[in-house]
Formats: sequence, C-alpha cells, structure tokens
Amino acid sequence: MSMTTMEAEPRRAEPEVPPSVTAGAPPRRAPRGGRRWIVVLPAVAALGGYGLHAVLRLIDATAVSDLYPKALLATLAAAIIFAVVASLSARFRPSALHVAPLFAAAIIVVAIWDLMTALLVVDVAGGPKLPLLPMPYFPSPELVLQGLVDDRWMLLESAYYSFRLLLSGYAVGVLAGLTTGVLMGWFKQVRYWGMPILKFVGPIPATAFIPLAMIIFDEPFFSGVALIALAVWFPVTMLTTSGIANVPASYFDVARTLGAGRRFLVFRVAIPAAMPSMFIGLFMGMGAAFLTLIVAETVGVRAGLGWYFKLQKDYFEFGKVYASLLIMAVFFSGLMTLLFKIRDRVLGWQKGVIRW
Amino acid sequence: MVTKSSQLAGAPLDLSLDSPTGLTIGDVTKQFLAPDGTTVTALGGVSLSIKPGEMISLIGPSGCGKSTLLRLIAGLDHPTSGELLVGTKPIEGPSAERGLMFQDANLFPWLSVRRNVQTGLVARGVLHKHRHEVDEFIRLVGLEPFANVYPHQLSGGMAQRAALARALVNHPKVLLLDEPLGALDQFTRMQMQDEVLRVWQTRRTTMVLVTHDIDEAIYMSDRIAILTPRPGRIERVLEVTLTRPRQRNSPEFLELRASILEMLHFAGNGKPKTTVAKIAAGRQEQ
Repeated sequence: MSMTTMEAEPRRAEPEVPPSVTAGAPPRRAPRGGRRWIVVLPAVAALGGYGLHAVLRLIDATAVSDLYPKALLATLAAAIIFAVVASLSARFRPSALHVAPLFAAAIIVVAIWDLMTALLVVDVAGGPKLPLLPMPYFPSPELVLQGLVDDRWMLLESAYYSFRLLLSGYAVGVLAGLTTGVLMGWFKQVRYWGMPILKFVGPIPATAFIPLAMIIFDEPFFSGVALIALAVWFPVTMLTTSGIANVPASYFDVARTLGAGRRFLVFRVAIPAAMPSMFIGLFMGMGAAFLTLIVAETVGVRAGLGWYFKLQKDYFEFGKVYASLLIMAVFFSGLMTLLFKIRDRVLGWQKGVIRW
Repeated sequence: MVTKSSQLAGAPLDLSLDSPTGLTIGDVTKQFLAPDGTTVTALGGVSLSIKPGEMISLIGPSGCGKSTLLRLIAGLDHPTSGELLVGTKPIEGPSAERGLMFQDANLFPWLSVRRNVQTGLVARGVLHKHRHEVDEFIRLVGLEPFANVYPHQLSGGMAQRAALARALVNHPKVLLLDEPLGALDQFTRMQMQDEVLRVWQTRRTTMVLVTHDIDEAIYMSDRIAILTPRPGRIERVLEVTLTRPRQRNSPEFLELRASILEMLHFAGNGKPKTTVAKIAAGRQEQ
C-alpha cells in the first residue's frame, strides 16, 4: 500500500550519486598524456637554482657555511623523487600534475631572490659592488635559512608563546562574541541597546586600546588576551547577530507547530541556521586576532613571534626578522586551514549549495 | 523492541494513536495594521465547523484570507475576535497536535531527511520512546533510500514528502496544509495529491487544505469552503459527493469545477449555453 504511488514519482531520474558529491570540489582537469613532462619541472628548477648559487659563490666567496647549498641539494633530491614517483604511481599523478608548476615556481622565486641579493649586480661609481636589493634590509635566502637554523629553539619558543596568547584571546573573544551575538540576534531589546555600542566601539582597531589595556592589566599577557578578544569579539558578534536575526521566520513556524519550545528554537533552529554567517565572523575574527597579536607582542608583551621580530629588527638581524616572518606565515596559514577544515565539517550540509 | 518493529512493518503505524478531532471556527475576524497605519481586515467574521477526520479545502483568490485562517488554526497568529476550538479546547498557541505544511517544504537544510522527520519528537523530548516510528514515517512517504540525504539533494516533490513525514511524526489530530503542492509541476502535483490522499485514508487525520487550484480541491476534499476577499469571508461551503477515487475528467467533476468558477466570478464574460461551453470558458479563464 505504501508504495502504490511511488513508481510514478520521477525519483528514478535522480542520479545515483547525490549531486553534492560531484559538486563539492572543483573538477580537477584530467591530465592529458602530453603534459606529463611537467612533473620534472621542479627538478629542472632546483638544478638551475643550485647551479646559479654555485656560480654566485665563485664570484663572492664570503659565504660562511654550506647550509644553503645543502638545502638546495635536498630540494633537488626531493624534486627528483617527486618526478620519479609521479611518473610511476598513477594514483599520485593527478595531484602531482596539479602541484608541479607551483613547486617549480617556488624554487624559481627563491633563485631569483638569491640572484638579486648577490654581490654582483650594481657597481656604484667603480666602488664596491652592491646587490640589487640593499643589505641589510634584504638578506639573501642563505641568511634567512641560517637565522632559522641558528635560532630554531628561540623561534619555537616564541611560536609557542604566540600560540598560547592567540588561542586564549581568540577563545575568549569567540565565546563572548557568540554569546552577545546570539543575545542580540534573538532579543530585540538587547539588539536595540547593544547595536549602538557595537557600531560605535566595534570599528575602532583593537590595537588603539593598547595603552588602556596596559593600564588595566598588570600582566602583559592578560592585556594581550583582552586586546585580541576585543578584536575577535566585534566581527563574531556582528555576524552572529545578523545571522540569527535573518533566520527565515518559517523555520520557527515549522518548529513551533512541531512542539518546539524556546530553548529548541534558539539552540536547534536559530543557531544552526545562523552557522554559515557565524563562520564568516570566525574567519574575520581570526584575521583580526593575528594582526592584534603581532602588534601587542611588538609593543607590550615580552614574548612571542612579534617580540622576537622587533628584537631582531633592533639588532639589524634581518635574516632572523625574515625567518620569524616565515614562521608566522606557516603558523597563521596552518590555523586558517584548521578553521577551514572545521567549517567543512560543521557546514558539510551546505555542499552543493555554496561554492567552496 | 524487535517484536514491536516487526509488527509495525506488517501494518505500518498504529492507527489507534491518532484520534482525529474536529475544529470549530466561530465568527473569527483578523485585522492587521498595514505599514501606512491603516487597518486591513483579512478575515471579516468567518464561521466554519470542521468534522473529525474530514478533508476540507479552503479555496479562493489571493487576499481572501485563507492562509491567515490556517495560521490562526495553527496558533501561529491570534484572532482579533471570535473563537477557535480544537474539539472543545480553545486554541492558544502552536501545538504538536496541529501539524502544518507549507508551500515551501521548509526542511531544515542542516539536517538529513531522517533528522528532519524526527524534529517533532526531539522538540517534545520523546525521541527515545518513538524512535522506531521515524523510519516508518519515512517509508510511508517513500523516502527510505534518501533518509540520510541532506535537503538540497532532494527534488521539490521529495522535499514535500519529507515535510509531510515530518508533520505526521507527532501523530497530529489535525493536519494543516498551506498550498503544500503549489510549487510543484503539474505531474508531480497530481502524484502528490494521491500521496496525501493515501496518507489521509490510512491515518484518517483531519486535514485542512488551502489551495488555489480548483481541480485539487475537488479531487481531494469532502467539502470545499469558497472564500471571497476584502474582507475575507466564506461565500459558500460545497459538499463534494463524488465517489473516491475520483476521475479528474468525469462529467460530474467538470460540472462541479464550472460551477465553482462561476461562484468565484471567474467563469468568463461570454454567455455559455451548455455545460461544455461553460467549462471551455472556465478553461480560458484559468
């Protein structure tokens, strides 16, 4: 009985694979046989980079260690292994073809940097030869690598302090932002009184509150936490509020006719429905947190990557300055990637609705 | 648990759980404050008695207040005056005993079909007691292969099936249908009409169907209440005596259709001499 009208429904026309499965990731172009040679590009670039550096060393013999040439050789070895594996393994090949040009380009960029910081390009009125990019502000990749290796423990420790501060501030800011956002989104009265404060105070960069924060908190760590939390709080509150306030009224109507009480409406309808908007706030908050973290560490907090950066800059150790930038890049993009992964998991239901 | 579910598989869903209830609508008016400050009367004194287990349609042009009336029965809005009773109890707010289905399925996009269907049980905190019924309701509307799929992966007709299962999961005494098939294409709509009728016949829930489709009203209902706008009033209540299952193109069906068009003043300006000509005039008007 229950199936009698089923055969008429055009359900069988539905594809076997749900549309989202195919719509999720942008289709990776099938590798054509004629383009397989691009997997050797990184190896060619690495060989070129190594050769270039060898020539530069012949001209200027002031280099102190063999670290950089060794790193170049390691890169070359990695690129050769990459090419060999890509040609042998059919499973690895599509992604290898995808990253090969980027891998090669990265090696070439470093080689160009090597060339531009080498002591051979500009000859100032017959005087000493100077590099195209002036020292000490533009250290060679060799110096950056040296700084990275020499100060590895200090960099690691700084990264740990930064991580601790960032995470504490971000957590406080997110918790506060979600709470105020939900309250403001749900209660019109709270929105009425809260919105002017949010609109007035929110746009002020958190870093402008540094002097105030240093007066209020004795401990620099806590002033850092407060500043980062403030920076995160604004976008998270804003987007949570608008997310909750813009949940279609029909969702609430449906839930209420199904017997839902207020708790259910808030936690099982409003918050999940506002989740996409809330995540935008979390991303914006994270960007603001990075900025505030580094500024706070440069000015008040006496630890962390920002502090290390400032210290080395004052000593004119620009190799180490850039080394710390490199660590920041890895550290921040790692956290961003993590947040993206969390969003992919939480908002998996959106796949196919929204282009990622 | 095992024995229970196997019993259910044999005779899907215990009908004794459902006791359909009648509705009394007594001289209900509903006024809105328009944005320009004027008062708009959406319903001007509507009275209607709906019998337990009845399928009744509310039909009329837009602005006649049929959806407003449905929202009042659902308890989502309150009447300006008059009384609304479920059985003998006044309606004070939304309740799980009055299920509602909209033109848009309004499935929660962040929940799978199964979790959408069990929403009512979760909301009332009785999921642990009735979990075994969820799959039965999904089977009742023929969505068992799609139980774990998200709503964006469903077609319009499938989404409405899921919405129907979700509305039924609380064993409502009254099911309110607000143009639930209005957004579907003609063919899917006709299939879904049969689907809703099948559910109605197996479960004997009282159903109030708001529609702007005259054929749908005739095909499905025991009675048709014809509403006219400004202010919304019930012009007439027709008894549909055609035997079920109904033939969409039987002469009696077409005759009833023509007379409804005439009551709604949509029959056309020509002067039809025969029933067939009347019908033709009605067709053009549509």
